[in-house]
Amino acid sequence: MSIPADLKYTDTHEWVRKEADGSVSVGITHHAQDLLGDLVYVENPQVGRKFKKGEECGVVESVKAASDIYAPLSGEILAINEALADAPEKINESAYDAWMFRLRPDDAGELETLLDASGYGELVESESD
Amino acid sequence: MLRRTPLYEAHLKLKAKLVDFGGWEMPLHYGSQIEEHHSVRRDAGMFDVSHMLAIDIQGDQSRPYLLGLLANNVERLAEPGEALYSCMLNEQGGVIDDLIVYRMASGTYRLVVNAGTAEKDLEWLALQRDRSAPDVDIVARRDLSMIAVQGPNARTKLWRAEPGTESASHQIPPFCATTCGDWLIARTGYTGEDGFEVTLPSADATGLWDALLAQGVAPAGLGARDTLRLEAGMNLYGQDMDETVTPMESGLAWTVDLASSRNFIGKQAVAGSVPGRKLMGLVLRERGVLRAHQKVQTPLGDGETTSGTFSPTLGLSIALARLPVGVDYGEDVRVAVRGRDLSARTVKYPFVRHGKSLIDDQLD
Repeated sequence: MSIPADLKYTDTHEWVRKEADGSVSVGITHHAQDLLGDLVYVENPQVGRKFKKGEECGVVESVKAASDIYAPLSGEILAINEALADAPEKINESAYDAWMFRLRPDDAGELETLLDASGYGELVESESD
Repeated sequence: MLRRTPLYEAHLKLKAKLVDFGGWEMPLHYGSQIEEHHSVRRDAGMFDVSHMLAIDIQGDQSRPYLLGLLANNVERLAEPGEALYSCMLNEQGGVIDDLIVYRMASGTYRLVVNAGTAEKDLEWLALQRDRSAPDVDIVARRDLSMIAVQGPNARTKLWRAEPGTESASHQIPPFCATTCGDWLIARTGYTGEDGFEVTLPSADATGLWDALLAQGVAPAGLGARDTLRLEAGMNLYGQDMDETVTPMESGLAWTVDLASSRNFIGKQAVAGSVPGRKLMGLVLRERGVLRAHQKVQTPLGDGETTSGTFSPTLGLSIALARLPVGVDYGEDVRVAVRGRDLSARTVKYPFVRHGKSLIDDQLD
């Protein structure tokens, strides 16, 4: 599966999409869901909470294992994808459509510190060695 | 270098995700662990279990040897073809391994032991042989492979795949086995469903695998095997029990024969102690997933989960937990799950048998 060129990525396997209103949507990558296997539980952050970049802000759990979700940027949670509570398998089915939460970055410039698609591709490559 | 079973190429062809399991390169799943789980509960699935070891015990002294070695009583195997589940204990009553012993037609007994403990078991078997029954032969059958075909339609699909097996295996009752040429067909399993475990020469393994595939039997990996066995309330060696606990603390008192006058290794220790803990089922009452080694708070003290997972059949999280004796079924306890303190209910397990929930009336 190709890595979408219009998104940004973290080295902890979150993807980040810049929205028109200046907020960002966050999910986990196709590679991440593939490593985890069938997802059965998503714990999203509370709307209104603020996180620092790299802070734990949620959990996804598969039948096999649990994995923390980290805030890709510092900012405030604006919304969460409620549909995932009852249908976490949406992440397996289409990782880049199944956003987990929206965040308003404290500093829009911080987005540029994240990996682009080719950088993330190299990361995935190096981790699979 | 990881060991591979004779079905390794077949797993690659099916695009299995392979993992290191006790030194063996085994399929974790072939795409979706949950779909594989449902196939076994609703239709038929198959597992490569060739990493497990069959050990033949041969010679006149075989029976007295096993009587002294196993916590369950091989005298219960009245006829060739019968099978028995047993623990093998050390002197302290700790579980060295759990296994199935089959009585074979020739007066031979066959043990099927776990992959991760096979070498340790062989050493223990040889040590006890040298002490008590020097004429017994212990033959590790690495020349054999094993395929478990499990599910409500598993038997019918085996008969369609290999029509020659039907007459031999049509009548065998649960927990019994029959030979069919040089195959052993046993009505046993690790899923809580009907089905067979077929032990056969490794040269035949891929042929049977492909024939079952052609009948629509779903290949299933270790992931589904784990959720199926946990729903069925079956212990996993090394996780729910090991050498530090007795069968009495592991929900396996029913497999320990203390009634007969027979002596066996570990009997004194097990008979002379009062267990302070017991294995119980847990059902999580909130969103989340129980895992192994989570702390469980009860009014009588703390315990710990030994296995935990999301149950695909029930759609919620279940666990086995070792809890203080005296904790009742139907009690609410607290489990520490990733920094949260969640509510769980103690239940009698198995959780699921033959595709049906057994815990519905325990959750009200």
